[in-house]
Amino acid sequence: MFESKGGVLLIGGLGFFLLAFLANGVVPILLYRHIPEKTAEEVVNRRILYQFEELSRRYPESFEAAFGEVSVQTCAEALRLGRQVYISEGCWHCHSQYVRPVSNESRRWGDVSRSEEYQNELQRPVLFGTRRVGPDLSREGSRHSNDWHAVHFFQPTLVSPDSPMPRYQWLFDGSPDRPNRRGLALITYIQWLGSWLDSYPYYEDLQELEQEDF
Amino acid sequence: MVADESQTAVPSIDTRRLVDRPLVLCYYFAALAYLVISMLGGILMALQLVRWNVLEGIEWLSPGRWRMVHTNAVAYGFLANAFLGTLHWAIPRLSLRPVLSRSLSWFIFWAWQFIVVATAAGLVLGPSLQAEPWVVKLASRWHIPLSVGAQALEWGETPFWIDPLALLGLALVAVNFMAPIVRTPGPMYVSLWYFMAAFVWTFLTYAMGNFLPEYVVPGTSAGAIAGLFIHDLVGLFVTPLGWGLMYYFVPIMLKKPIWSHGLSLVGFWGLAFFYPLQGIHHFLYTPIPMFLQYGAVISTIAVELVVTTVIINFAGTLWGRGRDFWDNLPIRWFYTGMVFYFLTCLQCALQVTLTFQKLIHFSDWVVGHAHLVMFGVFSMWLFGVMTYLFPRLLDRQWASRALCEWHYWLSAGGILVMSSDLILAGIFQGYWWAALLPWDVSVMGSRPFWIIRLVAGLCMAAGVVCFLINIAWTARAGSRAADR
Repeated sequence: MFESKGGVLLIGGLGFFLLAFLANGVVPILLYRHIPEKTAEEVVNRRILYQFEELSRRYPESFEAAFGEVSVQTCAEALRLGRQVYISEGCWHCHSQYVRPVSNESRRWGDVSRSEEYQNELQRPVLFGTRRVGPDLSREGSRHSNDWHAVHFFQPTLVSPDSPMPRYQWLFDGSPDRPNRRGLALITYIQWLGSWLDSYPYYEDLQELEQEDF
Repeated sequence: MVADESQTAVPSIDTRRLVDRPLVLCYYFAALAYLVISMLGGILMALQLVRWNVLEGIEWLSPGRWRMVHTNAVAYGFLANAFLGTLHWAIPRLSLRPVLSRSLSWFIFWAWQFIVVATAAGLVLGPSLQAEPWVVKLASRWHIPLSVGAQALEWGETPFWIDPLALLGLALVAVNFMAPIVRTPGPMYVSLWYFMAAFVWTFLTYAMGNFLPEYVVPGTSAGAIAGLFIHDLVGLFVTPLGWGLMYYFVPIMLKKPIWSHGLSLVGFWGLAFFYPLQGIHHFLYTPIPMFLQYGAVISTIAVELVVTTVIINFAGTLWGRGRDFWDNLPIRWFYTGMVFYFLTCLQCALQVTLTFQKLIHFSDWVVGHAHLVMFGVFSMWLFGVMTYLFPRLLDRQWASRALCEWHYWLSAGGILVMSSDLILAGIFQGYWWAALLPWDVSVMGSRPFWIIRLVAGLCMAAGVVCFLINIAWTARAGSRAADR
């Protein structure tokens, strides 16, 4: 049996694979099946609409051309596109989107991640991430202003001098005050991350204290 | 007993007619071309991290996009092509029968190159099309966040429309190779167990990872499946093909059977049972249920014991023939890869524990581990196989033994420095983060490590350049001989 074709194909190839899929794949699916999956429209909240409107006033011409007016629908559209930009530009390879209950992470970033947070269309496939060259982004919303993000995407070192993050100048029409459709969508998406939580620590404070000490 | 039976060459069978040599050569040339592309992507990202990237600001050279080209070109361009080429050599010779169809083989070759090139093109050029009205309309029409660029699945960033084609390609590969294996009577040699299982596993893994998290399951449970995919791609596609080739080439080169057939059985069945159970260990401390995380950790430690039996088996095979390690280049490549394999599995058994995870998760430790596996083990094995097969495929000796040595030492030295450097960097990063120091401390502190990593990467690339020059010299030397 252990050296026969049938044994290798059916027990090793098919059987053990299915066993593992049941144990590691189907069990979590069954455990979480009662949490409804929200659409992009359903995850639009007051805080992200505020940021979205702020974008429309700060960059009226670019915003008008990209999304028209501010509404739940256009905001959801921007979130979808922003998530696509986030994925295809590879942001998720240097920024994670989950806060662990260890290593003081909840003191730096905020509440430990919960399953409900990932049960929506914008986490399909889920964007946990595996590497943190830059900070975790799951509680990034509203930490920085929209214009900070615009300048940061245009040239990160202008606002964060030591950052190794590459420039993303193709998200703009020539200058940081003219983000294009993709740029506006990405800023909206980043401002949305964590916007469903009421508060989280403002870890940038730590840096200023440090500098005063010396 | 079974071990050496299938190894014995049957003189009456013309192996030259069994193996389609030009096909193997074409696979190798394609594999090496993608390896060069992948290494360029890696160097670009390494330069970016230390902020020496002079090409910054050019959209289609964005390091973020090339980081995905780097991993995909290695997995699907280099490793897959090199494995397919070698299987076209090994399987007909093991089963003493040709593959199902020679024209199907060539069709698969060109189809696979199309898939790899289309993946690279999608990753590099796709993001630029995202704001185009027709793409936006398509995405909103289907109400799923489809993207023309990458898909958010690590090691499976292949744009969504290529996934079904790749799956079809994998099915054809399985059919083409299974034909000679199925017609082989009686119990099979170890290598064939690994190959057969790999055909089934690769197909299932690819289907599971590329379709379920995108179309069927959302959120955390999709994370569990994505973890399973990352893990199975290494464990059920690359690992069984790699070990299958070791069980094939090592006894041939040492001209003696594998030390213990019983241990081969333990190795194969242990891998088959424990390896697929570990996927969730990539996402420890996520909202995935804790009891599943414990299960993944325990089975990972279990597989380390299985790996030890395999290593003992191969050490037993080399026992008393230590001289061959120095004199026989392919054997040196193989056994160096095995030493790295043991180290990387030992590392895995440690880093997978929840205690270690607190410190090293999200850090460069993991990057060091990944390079040690993909380059230190499987690329080294395939370099060894190529070092053995190129002279046989081209019907001539290597033009330069010195360049072969340079290839080996630059690769082995480079990967040793790179992985230890990144593993050390990961420990530092973990402590900086846990100490709640400002984020920039971890970035600036990593800089010396990243510079060393860049140098080590350049050494590994230089090794490949030596290999390519040697291949060119060898081919040219022969053609000059033919002219005369």
